[in-house]
Parts: sequence; structure tokens; C-alpha cells
Amino acid sequence: MRATKSLALAMAGLLLATGLACAQSTEIRIGVALEPPALDPTAGAAEAIDVVVYQNIFEGLTRIDQTGAVQPGLATAWTITEDGLSYRFTLAQGVTFHDGTSFDAEDVKFTFERLLADDSVNAQKALYQSIAAVTVIDPQTVEITLSRPDGLFLFNLGRGDAVIVAPESADNNANEPIGTGPFAFVQWDRGSRVILEQYGPYWGEKPALTKASYVFISDTATMTNALLAGDIDGTNNFAPEALAVFEGNPQFKVLVGSTEGETILATNNARAPFDTLAVRQAMAHAINRHDIIEGATYGYGVPIGSHFAPHHPYYVDLTETYPFDLDAAKTLLAGAGYPEGFSATLKLPPVAYARLSGQIIASEFAKIGVRLELINMEWAQWLEDVFANKDFDLTIISHVEPFDIGIYANPDYYFGYDNPEVQALNETLNATTDEAQRKVLAQQIQIIIAKDAVNGYLFELAQTGVWNAKLEGMWQNAPIEGVVLHDIHWVE
Amino acid sequence: MNWRRLLDHPSLALGLAATLAFALLGLASLIWTPYPIADIAISRRFLVPDASHLLGTDHLGRDMLSLIMAGTLTSFTVGAAAVAIGVGIGVPMGLVAAMWGGPVDWVAMRISDLAFAFPSVIIAILIATLIGPGATNAIIAIGIFNIPVFARVARGGALALSSLDFIGAARLAGLGKAAIAWRHILPNIMSLIIVQGTIQLSLGILAEAGLSYIGLGTQPPATSLGLMLRDAQSLFLIHPSLSLLPGLAIVLIVVALNIAGDGLRDALDPRLRRQELA
Amino acid sequence: MLYLLRRLAGFALTLLIAALVIFVLLDLLPGDPARFILGINASADALAALRLQMGLDIPAPARFGNWVWSMLQGDFGVSHTQRAPVAKLIAERMAVTLPLSVFAMAISMAVGLPLGILAARHRGKPLDTALMVMAQGGVAVPNFWFGMLLTLLFAVTLRWLPPGGFTPWYEDGWLALRGLVLPSLALALPQAAILARVMRTALVDVAGQDFIRTARAKGMTYGEAIWRHGVRNALLPVLTILGLQFAYLIAGTIIVENVFYLPGLGRLIFTAISERDLVLVRSATMVLVLAVSATMLVVDLTYALVDPRLRERRA
Repeated sequence: MRATKSLALAMAGLLLATGLACAQSTEIRIGVALEPPALDPTAGAAEAIDVVVYQNIFEGLTRIDQTGAVQPGLATAWTITEDGLSYRFTLAQGVTFHDGTSFDAEDVKFTFERLLADDSVNAQKALYQSIAAVTVIDPQTVEITLSRPDGLFLFNLGRGDAVIVAPESADNNANEPIGTGPFAFVQWDRGSRVILEQYGPYWGEKPALTKASYVFISDTATMTNALLAGDIDGTNNFAPEALAVFEGNPQFKVLVGSTEGETILATNNARAPFDTLAVRQAMAHAINRHDIIEGATYGYGVPIGSHFAPHHPYYVDLTETYPFDLDAAKTLLAGAGYPEGFSATLKLPPVAYARLSGQIIASEFAKIGVRLELINMEWAQWLEDVFANKDFDLTIISHVEPFDIGIYANPDYYFGYDNPEVQALNETLNATTDEAQRKVLAQQIQIIIAKDAVNGYLFELAQTGVWNAKLEGMWQNAPIEGVVLHDIHWVE
Repeated sequence: MNWRRLLDHPSLALGLAATLAFALLGLASLIWTPYPIADIAISRRFLVPDASHLLGTDHLGRDMLSLIMAGTLTSFTVGAAAVAIGVGIGVPMGLVAAMWGGPVDWVAMRISDLAFAFPSVIIAILIATLIGPGATNAIIAIGIFNIPVFARVARGGALALSSLDFIGAARLAGLGKAAIAWRHILPNIMSLIIVQGTIQLSLGILAEAGLSYIGLGTQPPATSLGLMLRDAQSLFLIHPSLSLLPGLAIVLIVVALNIAGDGLRDALDPRLRRQELA
Repeated sequence: MLYLLRRLAGFALTLLIAALVIFVLLDLLPGDPARFILGINASADALAALRLQMGLDIPAPARFGNWVWSMLQGDFGVSHTQRAPVAKLIAERMAVTLPLSVFAMAISMAVGLPLGILAARHRGKPLDTALMVMAQGGVAVPNFWFGMLLTLLFAVTLRWLPPGGFTPWYEDGWLALRGLVLPSLALALPQAAILARVMRTALVDVAGQDFIRTARAKGMTYGEAIWRHGVRNALLPVLTILGLQFAYLIAGTIIVENVFYLPGLGRLIFTAISERDLVLVRSATMVLVLAVSATMLVVDLTYALVDPRLRERRA
């Protein structure tokens, strides 16, 4: 009897749900591949954290818009002193945290002192080392002084790592995040989803959505099914191999955009034989970008010839520096003393683009006598082996930090590239604020590292979103990690 | 067992023949495959079956027939090696437990419990993390799971036999426990072990598929039927044959093995039962 | 009584050794948990601060002692990656894994046992053959593959059931139940096939034995004899298989949980290992080992109750 009753109820519920779907909805369910381990963006590097919370739950002094430009956030305006060392921020009025406590200059001071404290566990602490002092002028005004000029400071303030948190709630943000954003955290069913609801007293322009769930689905086939069955309304980044299912289906739209991820065949420049320029040049000649991009990203990656995002205004096209040419590669190898080639290992982290690119590169390199042993590893081990201990020959990885060419000026970085010229150029670049000059400097660095074939430059990762055709306002590009809900709305 | 009796059991003959056919297909890949499986050519990917690629090509332009041949070999090898671990450790353990009894039995059964209590998937994950994922890791994980199975089979069989007259006679004749186990018990429980072996082999092939599916088994450039399923899974709606072919191969191999196992049981059991009744 | 005591002592010893094995294995894992959390741009002092927080500076034997001791007191520790009590995390997942296993068991019994009896009843006839051919197929289909096919049919094409995911029980019990239907089916199919085969074999075995012949001589029909005496006596092997299956289901659902993105215990451990969440992996694995060992213990004790001969032989 009970069963019949609940069955009838469920049927009614189903009908009701179908009926509702026709009306203007203000709810959304977004599928994302990775579940965040915790929800505090200031205490972890996982991209999955920002996907859920960035600009939704938490806001920073500035925010990054979908073109990658810096926009006012909790700071509505700012002035910078001539020497570039002092920033005075005017804070937004009437801002409250989701627990009802009010936001003022003291929270800003707290946030940065916590970030820079000795026991801070912020994943990007190093980015904010230039901060010398945070001074509260009045509740609506705060001044941050720097120890040296920092061209990326305003951008870095807009990152998830620097969102403003309150002393009352900061310690619990991992499980109950409390910020100032347009959406408040409601619940987290671990292993399945996080639910957010519109925060009524939000200080800024109200978003169209009233409720959003992030549903965690790691398996591509399962994600496909969930999209097709209408169990989720979209996903910000879908595996490119299965996009064909949705292309041409009028119920869905596929949004292809750019990311900041330069995917490279990172090479241990400090280790033989990769310390020889000719060997690196030979490898560069043996990289068939077209096949790698087709095979690993189904044509969605954008070829790169240096460590720079193609959509950036400073970009120079260097993809023809070492064109695909197996004969040239063999000649170079022979000249370097490896007429028969050599053996090396290729350590691959657990991401599809790396595993696929690795297989294709191994097959291509075999043609010039470079025999690669593929070693698949998990992130934890990759971080330790490759990144921390530099115990690797080759690896494939996407560097997702925006404007990160500065890593080539760090001789201690894992690929072990030590070039004083690049180091000097980078130092000048950091201290330069003039746009035209910055562009020239950045391009010089791009050219040098491309010619030095420091790493094998493969492609810029694309962001391939799949959404219900009636959804608008999603970010097409991913200049920064996050799935920003503010502008998303349903249309008829 | 002689060949004429094989013909009395048509299902056994069928199962054995099919198993053998798949095993040969796999073994052949050691000598020859239509195309080398490490040979990647993106321009040739997702080809539909034709004269040059009888079963088409996969997402990296590799020949599906070649992959299935090599994958079958991996699946058999992993399954068989895991059975070997199970038999090699489990059977002596079970026999010792049954023959000596008392505290020895107790200890042996607790070890077997321990091996059983560890969820095999978690063992596989831990081993994969420790020594890196790969076929070896799958063999160890499945092998550990097989140990208690064979230990229990051997112990149970030995206990059932130990009360029989001919064992008593051997005991009276002054044979030691080890000798009795080796000369009289083992040959008589062999049929049980063989039957269990075919079951575990087919379970091992399924387990390998599962482990490879979650990325813990065989790793490229090698291949296995499970890994092929994993690679093809997200393409199922676009290129269904890439999942259906290896999936079908797994089903057929496992069915063949099970039919052979059942046939063996039917063919071998009467002998055992006669002795039991004697 | 002595048997019971011995069996319990064995149970406790198994658990202790299991705890040691898990601890050692996990400590040997390569990869730094702190670096995993903080990623590639982490500064050295942030890493050091986090390691200190996680207690990674304490020597291993002391950490093992602390862990066992606190577990005995019911304290499972706090996950550093998720920053939540492990006991809570496990309990949440058990709310999925346990019902899932129970449903799968129930379905496999409801399908497998009657089919096995039916096949035995018609031994050698076409029905028997047909059923056993079906069972062969059922055993041979990888459950994750079957799960995919089920989803395509019932969720994507027919839209009768969700393709995956799980609504918490407290929110909507009916939705929660619906979410478990397809995964239970995927898990149950091979189990049902195995059960049907075991049931049939066991019945066929007892059918040839004296007491069935006696019962028939007393005038019972074959069916009555099998039903009254056969099924009961065939229960022993079936019980063993059921125990094994339950143990398998409790721990072996990871793959199916992945296909249906269910927040089960298996996936919790799977993720936790890759995130080097040592505290969580340790305690959650122990819970699984405990569940499996307890199941085996119950099976063994039931055995001893059902068949006193075994008790004497073992003791």
C-alpha cells in the first residue's frame, strides 16, 4: 500500500518536474569532473575548489573577467602611487558575509596577514611575498604597500587564493565556506554534489540563478549519459573525444574557448642527453604537432611554438621554429653523437591529454631512434618525482598559470633551464610597467626559449564546454580557474 | 582422462576448443599480428572494417584485430599467473591445514582469512601506487585473492578424503603426513583444483578487465581487453564497435572457460564420487 | 564454546595484522600528502607548516600505536585533505554502499535461487539447458560494461531511471532508492548467475543421495522431496557463496560506483589513496576489512550451527 502510494507520488512528481522544465527555470546543475577535497580556496591548489567557489561563494578585492582582464571586485576603485609600491583600495559598501557579519577593511587586513603568516598553508603564498604591509585607513579604505613593484599584483589579487575571508569563519571554510559572493553554500553531499543558493543580501547586481548544484562525475561516458538524460544541464569542460555526440544536437551547445594551459613535453635540461641543444632541437623536429593535437585533443588544441598563450596580445607565433622534419632530427642527433638514438623515460600524470600525447610522441620518437618508456603515475607521485625531486627525463604537463613565462628564469625549476639572458630579461620585465616595453621583453623571452627548445611545445589546451542550448552567460574561455555562475541564465 | 571420454562430453569439447582457439589467437600475437600494436597513425584512426583492417582501427589508428590478439594474450597471462599464485600457495596451505589440523589448521585458516579480508581492489590500488600500475600489479592483486580460494578448496577436499579407507590404510602402512598428502590426497583432489582453476581463470580475466578499466591494470603501449574497454568507453556512442569487440571477446572467453570448467567437473566428478561412496 | 572462542581470537588477530599491513603499506607509498594538497607553486614554508599540522613529523611506530589505540576507542581521526572527521565521512558513504550491497544481494537471491531450483527440477531438459546457458552469459559479462548498457537503455533512451548520482536518503528516500536500482542490477546479474548455478549443482548433488531416495520411497513426489529435504541440505554451499558474495559486494563496488557516480565507500578510498589522505584510507580500509571478516565469522558460525559435524572436525 505504502509502495503504491509513494509510486503514485513519484509519478506525480515526475509530471510536475516535466511541467516545471517548460517554465523559466532559475536552477542549474553543472557536471564537473573532479570533486574538490575541501572548499577553502586559500588552503589548497586543487582547481576543483575554484571551480565551485571562485566568484560564486568568495570574492577578492579584484576579479578577473572572462577575457582575463582585471575588474573591480570588493574594491570598487583604487589608486596606485607613481613608484608602483602603494595601492589604496576603496571598498564596496553594504557588503556582508553569508553568516551575516559585515565586511570592512579589517577583513582585508586579516585575509592577507593570514595568507602571509608563518603557519599559512596557502598554495600560492609566494605570489604575495611582495606585500610589505596592509594598513586600514578607515573601514572603507585599505592601503597595501609592496616591497618591490609587481606588474601582476592586481591580477593576483583577483585569484581564488586571495579571496577575502572573515576571522569569524575562516577556519571552517574547508567544510562550510563563508564568503561575500552572490551565492551561499548550502550543503555538500560528499562524493556527489555541492549545492549553492543565491545569497539574498548580496551587495552587487543579483544573478539570474537562484540555485546551483555542482555534480561530480569523473567518468566521461557517465558524464555523456548524464547530459543526454538531462540529469545535468551542462559541464564547463568536457572530454574532447566525445564532443561529437553533442555537436549537431540542437538540444545542446558546444562552447570551445581558450585556457591558459600550455601543454609541453617538459624536458630535464640538467640531465644528459637533454643538456645538449642539438638533442632538444632534434626532438623538437620530431614532434608532429598536427597528429598530437588531433590524437590527444581531437583537433581542439591550438599549436604553440613557445611557452605563451596564443590569445595573449604579447604572443608571437613560433610554431615554425623547428618544423616537423624527421630527417633534420636524425641529422641533428647524429651530429650530437647519437646516430643510433637513445633510450629515455617519459613520466605521465593521470590526465587524458598527457597519456594520449605520450603514446603518440613515443611512437613518433621511435622513428628517429629515441626509445621512450612510458611510465604512468598519479599526481602525488608525479609531484614528488618530477616536480620536487626533478627525477625524470621527459614528462608531459599543461602549465595552467596565466602569464607564467617567468618560470624559465628560475634555474631551480624542475626542467632545469639556466640561461642568464632570460633571467635578466625577466627581471626587467617584472619591473617594467609600460605596456609596449613589456610586450617587447615578453616576446624576446618567447623567442629565446623557443630557439633553445627548452621543452617540446605542443599545444594550448582548449576549454570545451557542453551546455543545454537554452543556457546563456557561461564563460567560453577560462582565463582563470572557475565556473562563474553570475551571468548564467535560462532563455526560451 | 582419455580422448574418447572427451567425446562423451560435447560441452567440454566445445568449451575446451573455444578456450584453446582464443589462447592460440593470443599466443599468435607473440609471433605475428597484422600490424604492430605500438604503431600509432592518427590519420588512420576510426577506420571501419575493410580488407586491410578486418576489425577496423581504434582512436590512435591501431589495428583492432592486432589489439584484440595482444589483449587476449595479456588477459590470459594475467589470469593464469594469478591462478598459479593461488594454486602454488593456497593448495599447500590447505593441505597442511587439513593434514596437521589443530593449531596449524587454525593458523593457516587465519592467514587465508586475512588474505581474503583485504578487498582485492584496494590491494590492487595500493600495489599500483607502490610499484606503478601494470599487468604485474594486476597479477599480484588477483593472485592474493586466489590464495584463500584454493586453500579452502584443498582443505575441504582433503578433509573429505581423510576419513576414507584408503587414506586410513596409507596411514596404517606408516606413511608420513606429507607423503599421504602428496601421494594420495593431491592426486584425488586434482580434479577439484582443475575445476576451481578454470573458474578462477575466468574470474581473473574479468578482474583484469575491471582493474584495467579503472586504470590500475595493463598500461600502454601494452594492451589488454580491459584496457581496450577503458579507452573505448567514452566513445561508445560514436564508435560502439570499439567497446563491443573487446567486451564480446571477454564474454566469449569467459563463457568458453566456464563451459570447459563445467564439462571438466562433469567428466571428473563421477570418479571422485565413486571413491567417496566406496 | 571453545570453537567460538578460538574463532573470535582468530578474528581479533586477523584485524590486528590487517591493521599493521595497511599501515606499513600506506607509509611506503611514494608521494608527499602536503605537496599534493598545495600543488606545484607551494612555497617551502607553507609545505612545512602543513606537514606539521598533519603530524607527519611523528615517527611511524608512534603513529601506528596512536592510530590503533584511538580506533579501539572509536576515534577514527580527522582527514587532512577533506578536513572532516573520518567516522563521519565513512558513515556517509556506508549509507550508500550498505543498501547497494543489500539490494544487489536481494535481487541476486530473488532471481538466482528460484532459477537454480527450477533448473534442477528440470535437470537435463531444454529449460535447464536454456537457464544454464543464460547463467553462463550472466557470469561472463563484466558488470561495469553491463552497467553502461543498462544506463543507455533505461536512463538515456527510456528515461525511466537516473543515469547515476545519488540523492541523500534524508532528502528524498524515493529518489535515493531510484538511484540505486540500476547499479544494484548491474552488480546483481553476475551474482544471480553464480547463485543459480550453485543452487542447481547443490540440488542435483543432494538429489542423488539416500535421504531423498528414502523420502521418495515414502511416497513424496520428486518436487516435494527436493523442496522439503533438498533445498535445506543444499543451503550449506549456497550459504558459503552468499557470504563470499556479500564480502565481495561490500568492497568490490568501486568500479560500479564509478560508472554510476555513486558516493560509496569504495570510491572514497580510491580517491583518498590518490590524494594521499593516509588517515582516511587507513581507517576506511580497516572498516572494510572488519566488515568482510565479520561476514566470514558469521558464515563460519552459521556453518557450525547448521552442521555440527564441521564443528567437531574443526575444533
